[in-house]
Amino acid sequence: MKTGQLKLQWKKIRQDTVLQNKRSKILTKYKKRLFSLFKFLILLGISYIILGPIISIVSNSFFSPTDVYNPSVFLFPLKPTFDNFRLAMLRLNYVKTLSFTVVYISLITLIQIFITSMAGYGFARFEFPFKNILFGCVIITIVLPTHTIMLPLYQHFRSFDFLGIFESARGSKLNLLSSETPMFLMTILGSGLRSGLYIYIFNQFFRGLPKEIEEAAFIDGAGMWYTYLRIMLVNAIPSVLTVTVFSLVWQYNDMFYARLFSMASDHIITFRLSTIQATIEFVDKVKDPLISQLYVYAGVILVLLPILVIYLILQKYFMEGVERSGIVG
Amino acid sequence: MAINKKIKAAKHDKLTLRHKRAIVGLLFISPWFLGFLIYYVRSLFITISFSLSKINIAESGGYTSQFIGLNNFKYALFQDANFNQLFVNSIIDILIDVPFIIFFSLFIALLLNSKFRGRGLVRAIFFLPILLGSGAVANTLLLATQNIQGGAGAVASEMSGISGVNIDYFLSIFTDLGLPDKLLDYIVDLIGRIFDIVRASSVQIIIFIAALQSVPHSLYEVSNIEGATTYETFWKVTFPMVSPLILTNVVYTIVDSFVGSLVVDTAYEAAFVNYNYGLSSAMSILSTAVVCVILVTVGTILTRKTFYYN
Repeated sequence: MKTGQLKLQWKKIRQDTVLQNKRSKILTKYKKRLFSLFKFLILLGISYIILGPIISIVSNSFFSPTDVYNPSVFLFPLKPTFDNFRLAMLRLNYVKTLSFTVVYISLITLIQIFITSMAGYGFARFEFPFKNILFGCVIITIVLPTHTIMLPLYQHFRSFDFLGIFESARGSKLNLLSSETPMFLMTILGSGLRSGLYIYIFNQFFRGLPKEIEEAAFIDGAGMWYTYLRIMLVNAIPSVLTVTVFSLVWQYNDMFYARLFSMASDHIITFRLSTIQATIEFVDKVKDPLISQLYVYAGVILVLLPILVIYLILQKYFMEGVERSGIVG
Repeated sequence: MAINKKIKAAKHDKLTLRHKRAIVGLLFISPWFLGFLIYYVRSLFITISFSLSKINIAESGGYTSQFIGLNNFKYALFQDANFNQLFVNSIIDILIDVPFIIFFSLFIALLLNSKFRGRGLVRAIFFLPILLGSGAVANTLLLATQNIQGGAGAVASEMSGISGVNIDYFLSIFTDLGLPDKLLDYIVDLIGRIFDIVRASSVQIIIFIAALQSVPHSLYEVSNIEGATTYETFWKVTFPMVSPLILTNVVYTIVDSFVGSLVVDTAYEAAFVNYNYGLSSAMSILSTAVVCVILVTVGTILTRKTFYYN
């Protein structure tokens, strides 16, 4: 009798637990699904916020003037044309300006990588007096807003002189403005666009590399420079890629220095883009801002295209580089 | 042979290895150091001296300066029509935006760090704003996004007219619930600015993702075995491990948003449109000083709360 009751109770408990297990399994399954749905919705929404303007720019750039005033046209033009691109290309002087810009930013990026990685390596691996204070100065260059020093920089490059050489040779000081020389000079001396940040990234990365690599190289008779160029820099490829992407993109987009040093607008394509609307309104007599805007959209796409291609190629390596390199301390 | 020569050379120079390495290290940083001295230290001193004097620009491009004390600062703060208003507004903007940008980017970094299909694509999209971040492209984009932003901002008024749904009605429900007005204003304000915030947080997302990757996996295993929920794991493991990077991100955000603010434009205009170098320098110094004060305060508060693993 008693054993029968016990058995019955035991059965009931087992059934209950089985049911409970099933229920919790289903619950967690739904929870997971709900969570991934939630995640999907959020990511979709934010992607839309980012992509929305780009989509509208792309579609607008194919609009013909009649489509602009047609209220039934939304996103898909009725009479898609390439005219906007044609004129924008002409007014941007696209091929020539772009090739100059590409050469310019590639050179700057190369110098940037070389100089900042050198400084980063110096800070990471060598002991010298006042090292911490000097590294603090690097942090200051990151934090200090650039506009604080813009006027002295402007004056410095407007009447440029080095130890009085140019004044004695030419009778007057050099005016380096409206050329790219100031940017090159500043980059070579490690004070280019966000150089401090790159020094910081390289420093963190080199500190994370094992010391044994260097010691082995040193014992094998490699000099310090050789070690740096052939061994450390090669090992730092992830952070080199990170800095490359940052430097290319930021230098390409930079307007502050381009404006400050009044670089020639037929050299810097983003700079030229900022005046395209005025040019088209003036030269081509397109007075309607709604229509002249179409050319601006086409121009924006033309300008974004090269950097977008570079970004999409490097994007994967870039993300890996960020994860492995030492942006994190 | 080569090593022998080296040893001989070292003996000849009478330098120990330590000294030698110190010299090489200094050589490595010397380009940067020169640039720092020429472009930063010198420029800072000149800016300060500009701000304390009246600058007359000569035709040839040179200038003469005349010491006038703190008059430029007084003018910028009390007499200039726009500056103090812009100044206060941009500081308030920064204080409103920063916490939200930090939380938002941490949240997105957490989402993007977990594995799911199409993660590469989503990441590529989220870092697009770096490309569109500043300069001419952003200015032109601003024109284009005005439509979208106007759309989102205009929703409230449009909806009340057409469908009978009144956003203000919902807002009044929240106020009836006892939520403070300030908080509601803050939320409404944020929604209006969601585009700017998303655009401003892509670098921060990268930094947070890198931080999340560097958290040792064993910590998660332990907390899993001990039976911690995801929520607990976040607050006990993830958050403390990521917290040093919060400071980095806060600093980056503050500096970045100040560089793009209207105060900089005003200073730029004062220098290159009105040719008032003294006033422009004074404006720059004022804004830099305020940024520094904010950074130091936030920095000291955050370092106290930060947890360092090593």
